[in-house]
Amino acid sequence: MKTSEELLVIKDLHTGFRIKDTYFDAVDGVSLTLRKNEILAIVGESGCGKSTLATSIIGLHDHNKTRVQGEILFKNKNLAKLGEDEFNDVRGIDIGMIFQDPLSALNPLMRIGEQIEEGLIYHTKLTKEQRVNRVFELLTQVGIPNPQRVARQFPHQLSGGMRQRVIIAIAISCKPQIIIADEPTTALDVTIQAQILDLLKDLQAETGSGIILITHDLGVVAEVADRVAVMYAGQIIEEAPVEELFNNPKHPYTRSLFNSIPQMNSDGKKLNVIEGIVPSLLKLPRQGCRFSPRISWIPESAHEKDPVLHEVAPNHFVRCTCYKEFYFKGEEGGRA
Amino acid sequence: MWKTVVRRFLIMIPQLFVLSLLIFIMAKNMPGDPFTGKITPETDPARIEELRELNGLNDPWYEQYARWVGNAFQGEFGNSYTYKVKVSTLIGERAMNTFWLSLLTAVMLYAIAVPLGVLAGRFHNSWFDRGVVLYSFISYAIPTFVLALILLYFFGYKLQWFPTTGSVDVREVPGSAGYYISKIYHMILPAFTSAVLGTVAIIQYLRTEVVDAKSMDYVRTARAKGVPANKVYSKHIFRNSLLPVAAFIGFTITGLLGGSIFIETIFAYPGMGQLFISSIASRDYSVITALVMLYGFLALLGSLLSDIIMSIVDPRIRIE
Ligand SMILES: Nc1ncnc2c1ncn2[C@@H]1O[C@H](COP(=O)(O)OP(=O)(O)OP(=O)(O)O)[C@@H](O)[C@H]1O
Ligand code: SF4
Ligand SMILES: [Mg+2]
Repeated sequence: MKTSEELLVIKDLHTGFRIKDTYFDAVDGVSLTLRKNEILAIVGESGCGKSTLATSIIGLHDHNKTRVQGEILFKNKNLAKLGEDEFNDVRGIDIGMIFQDPLSALNPLMRIGEQIEEGLIYHTKLTKEQRVNRVFELLTQVGIPNPQRVARQFPHQLSGGMRQRVIIAIAISCKPQIIIADEPTTALDVTIQAQILDLLKDLQAETGSGIILITHDLGVVAEVADRVAVMYAGQIIEEAPVEELFNNPKHPYTRSLFNSIPQMNSDGKKLNVIEGIVPSLLKLPRQGCRFSPRISWIPESAHEKDPVLHEVAPNHFVRCTCYKEFYFKGEEGGRA
Repeated sequence: MWKTVVRRFLIMIPQLFVLSLLIFIMAKNMPGDPFTGKITPETDPARIEELRELNGLNDPWYEQYARWVGNAFQGEFGNSYTYKVKVSTLIGERAMNTFWLSLLTAVMLYAIAVPLGVLAGRFHNSWFDRGVVLYSFISYAIPTFVLALILLYFFGYKLQWFPTTGSVDVREVPGSAGYYISKIYHMILPAFTSAVLGTVAIIQYLRTEVVDAKSMDYVRTARAKGVPANKVYSKHIFRNSLLPVAAFIGFTITGLLGGSIFIETIFAYPGMGQLFISSIASRDYSVITALVMLYGFLALLGSLLSDIIMSIVDPRIRIE
């Protein structure tokens, strides 16, 4: 694992959405560190708060309906305290973002060149001509042939993979130190996915930036990530370097993600696998463990009262101690 | 694109043909004819019959139709029975009046509706927005003639700021500067009335478009670039929100050209709408059929115009 300078330090972050005058935390006490030169993957099922975490970092939430508490430390600033306008000095320059759906993420009425140039207008002192040249340079950098032509085209004239390259060009246009990619390949064909991931890795190697990669595809994680944080219901339940996590997943939820558990036992009876979905924001249990209802066959005594992260191996953190007690029925060592 | 425009015009020919046939048959089947109202106990029935014969009203319908279409191709729609002038002359005069009135109405309409709709959307749920919504409710609920009469009463009669009838001051010499000023002066009140009534749809449409656009992905991308809020609105949100409104301009304009029957009647403005009503009342077939044909043509033109505008403002749409 590469050790280097810390870029972004998140401490006990809570992001809540206001629903009928009450705030419900979709991110509930997340602490994370992103270093230079690393790709940190955040995985977890739909609705666990990955995107909310990302938008809190770059300030893209609706500031009137969202409450961000805790610390997001970047360059001696606490981003959690910034308002919509103050964020404009961070967004695009220091932090770039790549989105999931490359078609809807581009303005249908604006030429590709204009859309890439826009960030440069507000964040650099480049002249018009220099900006145009920089646009061509960026298009080339993200692997788009014939940049002069593409710059004049509109989003609907490009393929999905091309559009995602354009989005990446926009994100890196001002050479940000941090890039957040929220499911950048989910909407793309498998072959294109691989190309986009390669591009991300190359860009990262070139620029030395830190990338937060949100995904629920473990294949993607294995391919590009250096470190992985697993989220469940707004909290991180396990965090480890990628190899450690794949070789030694501890938390039952992580293990269920890896699908390392048998789905059927030998006599064909259904096992107690993790069923159900992440509880919705309003129904989240706010005390004790959020995960316990999904493994109801574990005895009460096995749960920690207020589970916290424990370091079980170097840089490998697991919430709670349940992994010691935990078993799936029929699993090795399991009590029936 | 010009090829398409020409082709669309050619397609209009059969459409107009079918329309003309329908109009003609319906007009013929209306009870009475231009002479019905002129029969008094003293009229000699033989004289009426003679007039009918003379005007070709006793010929089989298809002969009358063929004659009518043949003339129509030469821009000749016969004579108005009521006004005793050529239909083309009659409509021509009125059409110019309506054209200018529509133009002024359209300008006022968009000048009022676009800023209100856009700002209400931007400051959604603010006091300004609530004010706009209230305004929309009121102007939606109020019938045309009530608003027209209220404005007429206050600005025309009480304050005497504006004239209450006609399209121009008869004392002005046609062609002089005063003549044109007088024309515009006469149009202001009717144009304003119909503009106000037309704003509701555009305001509400724009307002929702802007509110929806705020949560669009491309807006989020713009914010992620660090584009200042004002620019996010002007370059991304407004442009996209105005699209559907722009698409509708064609219909709005041709709709206005049809002339507002109520407005023109109440303000005694000699336009096409007013002519239409009076010719129906007097069974002036030649005028009615010509007007309906014109309206049909305008409707077709409106949809073509909208398509053309759309293809200009939206790069995703190319008419081929
Ligand atoms: N603007 C919002 N207002 C209210 N609730 C929200 C809002 N955005 C997200 N949520 C809720 O917060 C929770 C976390 O959502 P989030 O989008 O962060 O999940 P995610 O992990 O990114 O899921 P996915 O994989 O589907 O993208 C969900 O329960 C979601 O319904
Ligand atoms: S053992 Fe701990 S982590 Fe596992 S479900 Fe119980 S409280 Fe949660
Ligand atoms: Mg998401």
